[in-house]
Amino acid sequence: MRYAMAMDTKKCVGCSDCVVACQTENNVPHGYCRDWIVENVDGIYPNLELEIRSERCNHCDNTPCVRTCPTGASHVIEGGIVKVTHVECIGCGACIEACPYDARYFHPDGYVDKCTFCDHRTSKGQETACVAVCPTKCLYFGDLDDVNSPVSQVLLKRKWKVNAPEAGTKPQLYFLI
Amino acid sequence: MKKTSRRDFIKISALGAGGLAMANPIMNWVPGFLPKQQTPVDESKAKRFPTFCEVCFWKCAGFTYLNDEGKIQKIIGNEKDPHSNGRFCPRGTGGVGMYYDNDRLKQPLKRVVENGKSTFKPISWDEALDFIADKMKAIAKDSGPESMALLYHASSGSYFKHLMKAYGTKNIAKPSYAQCLGPREAGFVATYGAGISSPEPTDVRNTKCLVLIGNHIGENMHNGYIQEVSDAIDRGASIITVDPRFSTVASKSKYWLPIKPATDMALLLSWIHVLIYEGLYDKKYVEQYAFGFDELKAHVKNFTPEWAYAKTDIKPEDIRNSVHEMAKASPAVIVHPGRHTTWYGDDTQRTRAIAILNALLGSYGKKGGWYFPEKKKVPHYPAPAYPHPHWMWKDITRPTYKSAGTGISNDLITASLPNNNSEHKIKGWFIVGTNLLTTIPDKKKTLKAIQNLELMVVVDTMPMEITGYADIVLPECTYLERYDDIRSSQHRYPNISLRMPAAEPRWESKPGWWMARELGLRLGLQDYFKWENVEEQLDWKFKQMGTSLEEMQKIGVKVFDKEKDLYLADGEEYYFNTDTGKIELYSLDLEAKGYDPMPKYIEHKQPDENFYRLIYGRAPMHTFGRTSNNPNLNDLMDANKLWVNPKVAKIWGLENNQEIWLQNQDEVISSFSIKVRITERIRHDSVYLIHGFGKNNKNLSRAYGKGIDDSELITNVKIDPIMGGTGMRENFVTFITENPHKEEVKA
Repeated sequence: MRYAMAMDTKKCVGCSDCVVACQTENNVPHGYCRDWIVENVDGIYPNLELEIRSERCNHCDNTPCVRTCPTGASHVIEGGIVKVTHVECIGCGACIEACPYDARYFHPDGYVDKCTFCDHRTSKGQETACVAVCPTKCLYFGDLDDVNSPVSQVLLKRKWKVNAPEAGTKPQLYFLI
Repeated sequence: MKKTSRRDFIKISALGAGGLAMANPIMNWVPGFLPKQQTPVDESKAKRFPTFCEVCFWKCAGFTYLNDEGKIQKIIGNEKDPHSNGRFCPRGTGGVGMYYDNDRLKQPLKRVVENGKSTFKPISWDEALDFIADKMKAIAKDSGPESMALLYHASSGSYFKHLMKAYGTKNIAKPSYAQCLGPREAGFVATYGAGISSPEPTDVRNTKCLVLIGNHIGENMHNGYIQEVSDAIDRGASIITVDPRFSTVASKSKYWLPIKPATDMALLLSWIHVLIYEGLYDKKYVEQYAFGFDELKAHVKNFTPEWAYAKTDIKPEDIRNSVHEMAKASPAVIVHPGRHTTWYGDDTQRTRAIAILNALLGSYGKKGGWYFPEKKKVPHYPAPAYPHPHWMWKDITRPTYKSAGTGISNDLITASLPNNNSEHKIKGWFIVGTNLLTTIPDKKKTLKAIQNLELMVVVDTMPMEITGYADIVLPECTYLERYDDIRSSQHRYPNISLRMPAAEPRWESKPGWWMARELGLRLGLQDYFKWENVEEQLDWKFKQMGTSLEEMQKIGVKVFDKEKDLYLADGEEYYFNTDTGKIELYSLDLEAKGYDPMPKYIEHKQPDENFYRLIYGRAPMHTFGRTSNNPNLNDLMDANKLWVNPKVAKIWGLENNQEIWLQNQDEVISSFSIKVRITERIRHDSVYLIHGFGKNNKNLSRAYGKGIDDSELITNVKIDPIMGGTGMRENFVTFITENPHKEEVKA
């Protein structure tokens, strides 16, 4: 099993619903977030392009965050989901430095926190909170080992890219372009 | 290791990336009211209560979930609801913040003078309601009940409307008419004999081509609408966007037409010209359903794309190609009427041109164009007939604005001014859930009227600016803590929804229905409020509609069968509710009232040197000024920024995030400063900001003084002569780079 997420830059309007839904689902404190919106503008008026992305942890295949963690708090669970065991985390911040995607933050309670692909939901067959709420349905989640999963299907049909491929982390957050 | 490369990198959410930015102590703000629970709510086991959202007018239905501690945790959409289809927008999801906001109004307040200074004194509900009832009785006795006005927007307005009508006044208005969607309603009434209403019955789900005139869907999160737009993008439908700004939806459009502001009418007329003179219009449809085609044809003869190019800056081939795209999709094409249409004062006529385009494309009443919506009638709880008022808003408004469809808030404000010599004088205001000082342009006039009132009551959940001027402030509990009247909305299928409390009201706040009833009893209107509590009243109504309160408490939304067809059948006989029974391309009604029967191009003012047109709009995570203090949504965007084209920024030497002040053409200077966002997404002759910021009430701890309130710079108001709309887009600003409010003390 290999969980992955695809997000359609053609449909996303950058409304940040994924951000709020994640916060209310996972008790993310105000002032912090596990997912966020990035907007890229290219060109000169009136020849312009705009790309909007909803970003989060890439749940990489090759995980610099897990490698640099001195206590083993950062680890990989079934399906390739990268998690942090809060009680084992000493808040040294090595993983934050190692992550090429700025996907981790210091929780005010003294540990590092990040996206979990809502494993408390996905393990029960539910969608992640961000996927379930998205009004434009631009987020797709599922198992890449299952060719019929929504994420496999959309990646077969559409062109895609990943962020910072040069980092060599084999990220599992795909952007449909 | 290198971080992700980002071109012209702008994070929409202020919280932005994780990592080091998050370690900044200023951002480590954790309010004490946050639920401490760490395990997420299990939706299959958690307690939930149906509601419909009050963060905007779309009123999506969903469920409020409680956590293990019995506290409100999250709100999730109801899958049966056609407004949301089970998915809330960011504002609806963040609606929990409205409940948890500690800046809320907490107890009834009364204006008193202490040591020569006005101040608010907390009083009991009895004291507040007795005071209001006594004043209302005195006003009724001295000037007649007609001199009380109700200005409202919130859902609970329905109960106050009932109270006011029972008391004897029909001077009732919502700013959402003359300050927002009024022109499009009047334009469609003049053409099709029917307004549009909400949600708009545009069949976006099935359209092949969607045309948006300054409509920035996606930045305004009209939920069901954006969902269908997203589906349309998936299906490969083409979008045509007309906007001087490269809006989000412009970036998703096949054609973005970066129009010179205030010239939209020229473009619309040239599209009509091409459709007619290239023979691309739906001839069969026009012949069967339309009136006045020959007059229209003669009228638009000279409005060629070349003529329009000189006005609009849009190249003739782009004008032709875009309208060819529409004709190709006909009848599955929508020229969308937009929603906030009070721009330049000729707005009803501009919407008329949009209505005419839809008729020529044969899209009204057709699949992929406009469907015929249906709505369930909500029965009235038994009560005596309302007394007949001797005069009402129509007597004030209709002599001038003959096609005004509802009361006009700014007209009722004018009728409250001290220099009002007419026989129709307003002496008291009841304001429910609307911040008049920022919704109605010309704040000075509103303040002048306020000084002349004998009674001013404000019902709200938050200490908005307007509450500061009230005699009595009544704290309403949020929508998550109260019942409200039934939501019955037009849609493909008629449907109703229930809102019920998920928590007890915080502090001493109370639901609107309770306030209205208590006032009714004090005013001797007990026959109009024969129900003991709102559950009894709602249950009676639900039972008349074939359900019950008990059932609705479980399901939240009920969808009924249709009674009429969604679309016109091919060649079906259909009579429109106009004078001719046809779609009036040439409007006999407007002509009879002394207005132009067909839309004309009027040259509007363009900015003087060093001035820029002030364009305002929406952000997806905010609803005007209602949400700027909401802790969840403020977190996403805590202030607006001023979009400035790089060429303009260079001339002025502006830098990104530099704080500047704005001064308008009437030398009004903004109260606060705003950060500059230099972006190619805005034309060189305009600047853009999000409406609803620059809050002036210090009790709004998160929103106070953040960004600029566009409405204080909107002093040039272009009134629509047909329906009285307040056109707000002919205001121009220049930049001030040094703080103009700095105090200078000379020794």
